[in-house]
Amino acid sequence: MTVGLSHYLTLAAVLFTIGVFGIFLNRKNVIVILMSIELILLAVNINLVSFSSFHGDLVGQIFTLIVLTVAAAEAAIGLAIVVVYFRNRGTIDVADIDNLKG
Amino acid sequence: MLVTLFFYLFAFVLIASALMVVATKNPVHAVLFLILAFFNAAGLFVLLGAEFLAMILVVVYVGAVMVLFLFVVMMLDVSFVELRSGFLKVLPIGLLVGFILLFELIFVVGAWVTAPQLASDAPMPPPSEVSNTKALGDLLYTDYVYLFQAAGLILLVAMIGAIVLTLHHRRDVKRQNISDQVARTPETAIEVVKVESGRGLQ
Repeated sequence: MTVGLSHYLTLAAVLFTIGVFGIFLNRKNVIVILMSIELILLAVNINLVSFSSFHGDLVGQIFTLIVLTVAAAEAAIGLAIVVVYFRNRGTIDVADIDNLKG
Repeated sequence: MLVTLFFYLFAFVLIASALMVVATKNPVHAVLFLILAFFNAAGLFVLLGAEFLAMILVVVYVGAVMVLFLFVVMMLDVSFVELRSGFLKVLPIGLLVGFILLFELIFVVGAWVTAPQLASDAPMPPPSEVSNTKALGDLLYTDYVYLFQAAGLILLVAMIGAIVLTLHHRRDVKRQNISDQVARTPETAIEVVKVESGRGLQ
């Protein structure tokens, strides 16, 4: 029994679902929501790399590099916003973030 | 055979640690499980022949991003137990949405076929001739150099943004102002007072 493309795609699908499930489950805690987003991006990266590997096309790995860059930038900005928000309000509960009345 | 064994090992630990990330009570443990998940994903990348990305995942993700997460989690003095209230209330709907999404994704994967005439834009050179890192560099710095520059700009914006957001000047802290000190002259610094004898300055 050999490991094929569908094995990797299924694994990425499960990982993506766990990420979305985590956002539902920890909807009050911004830090865990950010970690769930990291899981979702990891699932996307596994998809890209496995397609790249099984089709013999390197462009997928280039895309993965760009996704990693954007994910790192997103994590840095997100954590900065969390720190500033905590400094102002003393909590990181998502339900309290309604100052803009959006 | 060994590849199959390692695939299932990495996949199992990856899924288990991802579940622990979303289910554990302590956010420090969640970050540590996320680090474990990234290590196993790096193992999968090695199995897929993408060694450079595996190393990037370990160095950039585990080394930088996750440590940043760890710093923030430990720095914020938040009662995380309070943030988990309503956990059981949203569990059924979360499970429902999760399973629907999972089945849809699995159906997509099951019905997947690749077009036979699929033409590759950048065919991967055989690993025996060119290493993965060199092949990736050859492609990244030629055909995708604008994408590479854009990635650099994104990182610059993120860096400036994070600094601007978190830097704040505290009013109650006295700091040295060097230009003010250097600009002082004897005229502004010294006052000569004629004191009458027998009386103080007041």
